[in-house]
Amino acid sequence: MTSVPIAAFPPTLNANRRLDRWLTINAEGTVTVRTGKVEIGQGIVSAMAQIAADELDVSYTRIRMVPADTSMSPDEGSTTGSRSIEEGGSALRQVCAEARDLLLQTAAHKLNAGLESLEVNDGTIRVRGGGQSTTYWELAAEVDFARDATGQASPKQASELRLVGTTVARLDIPGKLTGAAFVHDLELPGMLHGRVLRPPSYRATLISLDDAAARALPGVVTVVRSGNFLGVLAVREERSIEAMQVLARHAVWKECADLPDADALPDFLRAQPAEDELLREKAAAPAGGGQALVSTYTRPYIAHASIGPSCALAWWHENRLEVWSHSQSIHALRSELAKTLQFDIARIVVRHAEGAGCYGHNGADDAALDAALLARAAEGRPVRLQWMREDEFGWEPFGPAMVVRIEGSVDRDGRVASWHQHIWGNRHITRPGRHPNPGLLAAWHIDPGAEPPPAVDMPLAMGGGSQRNALPYYDFRGERVVNHAVQPMPLRVSTLRALGAHLNVFAIESFMDELAEAAGIDPVEFRLRHLLDERARAVVKAAVAKAGWKPGAKGDGARGVGIGFARYKNIGNYVAVIAEVIVGEMVRVPRVVAALDCGRVVNPDGVINQAEGGIVQATSWTLKEQVRFDRTRITSRTWEDYPVITFSEAPKVEVVLNDHPEQPSLGVGEGMVGPTAAAIANAVSNAMGIRVRDLPLTRERIIAALLL
Amino acid sequence: MTETVKLYVNGMEHTVVADADTALLYILRNDLGLKGTRFGCGLGQCGACNVLVDGRSTPSCDMPLRAAAGKRITTIEGLGAIGRLHPLQQAFIDEQAAQCGYCANGIIMSARALLDSNPHPGEDQIRAALDRNLCRCGTHGRIVRAIQRAARVMAGQLP
Repeated sequence: MTSVPIAAFPPTLNANRRLDRWLTINAEGTVTVRTGKVEIGQGIVSAMAQIAADELDVSYTRIRMVPADTSMSPDEGSTTGSRSIEEGGSALRQVCAEARDLLLQTAAHKLNAGLESLEVNDGTIRVRGGGQSTTYWELAAEVDFARDATGQASPKQASELRLVGTTVARLDIPGKLTGAAFVHDLELPGMLHGRVLRPPSYRATLISLDDAAARALPGVVTVVRSGNFLGVLAVREERSIEAMQVLARHAVWKECADLPDADALPDFLRAQPAEDELLREKAAAPAGGGQALVSTYTRPYIAHASIGPSCALAWWHENRLEVWSHSQSIHALRSELAKTLQFDIARIVVRHAEGAGCYGHNGADDAALDAALLARAAEGRPVRLQWMREDEFGWEPFGPAMVVRIEGSVDRDGRVASWHQHIWGNRHITRPGRHPNPGLLAAWHIDPGAEPPPAVDMPLAMGGGSQRNALPYYDFRGERVVNHAVQPMPLRVSTLRALGAHLNVFAIESFMDELAEAAGIDPVEFRLRHLLDERARAVVKAAVAKAGWKPGAKGDGARGVGIGFARYKNIGNYVAVIAEVIVGEMVRVPRVVAALDCGRVVNPDGVINQAEGGIVQATSWTLKEQVRFDRTRITSRTWEDYPVITFSEAPKVEVVLNDHPEQPSLGVGEGMVGPTAAAIANAVSNAMGIRVRDLPLTRERIIAALLL
Repeated sequence: MTETVKLYVNGMEHTVVADADTALLYILRNDLGLKGTRFGCGLGQCGACNVLVDGRSTPSCDMPLRAAAGKRITTIEGLGAIGRLHPLQQAFIDEQAAQCGYCANGIIMSARALLDSNPHPGEDQIRAALDRNLCRCGTHGRIVRAIQRAARVMAGQLP
């Protein structure tokens, strides 16, 4: 049954209007809450519990969160884009407000009291002034939640919230610190262990295979082959790995050297056919007399590099398929499984189980299809399939390489007169469910295989992709911004934390410093002159105050300090980051200060945790990370080929929250990365008087810049 | 070759029948059901699978069963459980020192080994002791704080 959408409702509530889809009041004194958003280490499930507890007036410990499951949870699309609190949180808030209202109406009838005379404390409804009482738990059987949300009840005002805005401990941490907690740890009766032998390179084809030796290993149940897809099933996990290795020695592949020259990526990207789109044009009326500059900024392909390789369980029995996956979009995954396996979607259930942090589209969905393909050959036994570390690095979709070129000028009055910006790179989204072609790796390898989907972006108004944060959040006199969405996709790419905002903000904020320097103006002062939004100005000022920024101060040849600012997606959170660097053998980042305004804060410590994590991960990208490849293969396959930041290298991070309880909550996780990258590069410039515009800021690049 | 091997894990003796080349990690997880030790890389590079072997924090993913035989092995389950948490586990909760938490148990084992040999480590010593443990979520600062807190609790300086 489709209801007429209610304009005030968040989209995910309009898509899931039935209240009983979201929650159940249990007679034993608990509330079961189902959210379509999934835990990926960001603490979202606990934040949802907090919202539900506050809106219902029950204690946090009474809330039982159920992991998302396609057979019973609301379909809230994907858990992406730092949108979970904005969308899922407001949907749940409305649902809980309506549930509370229904419970109170029933109580009023039962207690023969006026609605306005009732108060609720931890699920106990009492007539004010010491009158009669009842409880949610007593009313559980009497209130029918099998009805649509109507919009007639309103969520609480900010001033009425008690739990939201306070730090509460996450629900998932104790379990993780004591034993089984992840999809990797699930165990089903009679479960087999699977591994997939991937081709050695993207477009390799299998010429010949002798699987006799692998099949002959004790405990190997079967070898699965379909086209270029190869997998093994064994009773013991280590045997499945051995069988995969034996199989690799008996497989002959034909490869092609069709990858670009890793050392000339920017030239490659700029030479490719592209879809060009003009994002903004504003005619300039320069006052004249100023300076003109042009600079080009680049980033390489960057890996999600989840600490736990992707994993899934699949059980094909009684003509049904059950899948456990750490996918961020279980409904889209289910639909693509049905298409690829040519199996009735009504007979497939996908359940979310936690994986390691993903920071975007990693191998999670792919592993689910791998597991299902192996389960089809398992004769009714459940299958646990895990990728090896080398699979994760070799096959995950990387964050795309990008180039941004900016040509701009500053007038003699210290205002930006013209700003011409060009962006080159792939679009950023190849997730399942975004295109008719399946976004699942094995779907391209099996016979008959499908073509990979082309990468797409969201519209800019919804946050974009390659063009995310392409438009400077500053008031310039003249502006022209063009995106060149590169069509060929030699390396598999998809969403990585912040998408295009990482390099777009890095470029804009680096160039702001270059223009400020040309104009002889302090970088903070230069930004404030061009920032009209008070909340934006407030985070810049808060970061400056916390960091003890000294206007006009120059570095000493080794130490320096730099700033980066952005409003994420130009519609999300406001972030200002100030980084301190020490440049020696390498660039070190001892301290980072950030000021963040993400509207109403649900859990301050959760927000700070996300902010710290975004800053540290971005520091790692900025200093160290690039996917290596030769003309045929991805050669970053282990942590030695793809080093990430260590404990000794990780900066100390201090975060200031500019809380706005009266404003809608905005996402947190992704907004930090662009400003952090820029702050570090600006600090290097401040320290050394050199400008490094290519990420990562390696020793070789610092030396090259010094020699210029 | 399949062999029968005696293992001492979390203070108990276990007899396992497996190929002696099998990585200790798979024995712990699949034969003994100790799932709190996580697979990360299989190459001893990330520390997600670290356990204590005779008191040293050691990757279990590249230690063959035969090398573990006869040694005292401690996993996160041997450190503490819900209701009787080790001060390190409690400190990780108190400091909310996790995002995804996948790396945490290997880090806790390294921290335990560190505190056993140096009950009052400085921040730099803690960081250095964890340089073979990777965290991808960026919770490094919280983890360091949690270990400092646990050290104070274990020394009786904090409740």
